[in-house]
Amino acid sequence: MKFNDNIPIYLQIMEEIQRLIINDTYHCKEKIPTVRELAVSYGVNPNTVQRALSELERKGLLISERTSGRFVTDDEELIRKLKTDVMKDKVNKFIQEIYEYGFKPEELLDELKEILEHGNTSRS
Amino acid sequence: METLVEVKDLYKSYGDTRVLKNINLQLKKGAIVGLLGPNGSGKTTFIKTLTGILKNYTGEVRINGYKIGKDTKKNVSYLPDHEYFENHVQVKQAIAMFKDLYEDFDDEKCKNLLSKFKISETDKIKSMSKGTKEKLQLALVISRNAKLIILDEPIGGVDPASREVILDTVLENYNPEQTILIATHLISEVEKIFSEVILLKEGEIVLHDDVESIRMSTNKSINELFIDTFK
Repeated sequence: MKFNDNIPIYLQIMEEIQRLIINDTYHCKEKIPTVRELAVSYGVNPNTVQRALSELERKGLLISERTSGRFVTDDEELIRKLKTDVMKDKVNKFIQEIYEYGFKPEELLDELKEILEHGNTSRS
Repeated sequence: METLVEVKDLYKSYGDTRVLKNINLQLKKGAIVGLLGPNGSGKTTFIKTLTGILKNYTGEVRINGYKIGKDTKKNVSYLPDHEYFENHVQVKQAIAMFKDLYEDFDDEKCKNLLSKFKISETDKIKSMSKGTKEKLQLALVISRNAKLIILDEPIGGVDPASREVILDTVLENYNPEQTILIATHLISEVEKIFSEVILLKEGEIVLHDDVESIRMSTNKSINELFIDTFK
């Protein structure tokens, strides 16, 4: 995992763990690796990992059990909401960027349809 | 978190030259602190006050509540920025030396680290590459259960693969009861493992803050901040 040093690392770790929850690498109710394991595998300070996990606990996505570790929430509704939120956020950013090039909504829609139906045909 | 290192009004001069000026700081247990500054900014002098090598200074320096001296020396494990074993020394002799010198030396841990680094106890210093020597010294230094570990340029002059191994080893051996102070010029390689940094300029602290707060408030990496501060 490559982090951007200009942005707080804990925010990037939060995003990464949310991605792993959304794509079902970390299943609902499943135990996630310890702070130490994540710190070593990401190559970052353990306090930074701790901060990311605490924030995810505060959002309810992770549950900490005193003795047995940290788990993904069993609240499926919350994970569904996370998926929708992330999807909206990513799509909005993408549309924003496309509009900055001056493309019109119809052009965007046509291109999207083309790519989704026939695969990416750009020859770059 | 509990405070481990406390420095109050520290000044140090060599003749007419002030090398440390008005240093006031506290370091907490569990912190991995980057000590950053250009050549001649006072990093090594500051480290030497903590290790007890340097005695003539004004101000107060305490580790775990004790003034620097016999009581603190055993609490500090120090990796200097130069090689300190003679060429004829064998790894097992180096281990024996550490075992002899330091009560808190963890033999088992050291042997595990050396096997991870693929260093054999019968190897001689003479036959080692620079990177291997650095790994050996690091293994010895972090195998002490000392409260304060000071690493002066631990990855200087080492190839990128060895750098990663060294930094991974520091993280794998992280202990929330210990404080690790790392002086380095290779900021972009190391900044992700810091919890906080101290920037020294001409013997004075110009910044001492949590790295994530710095990134948040400046939108800069620690490396960029360093360049902007000193160019």
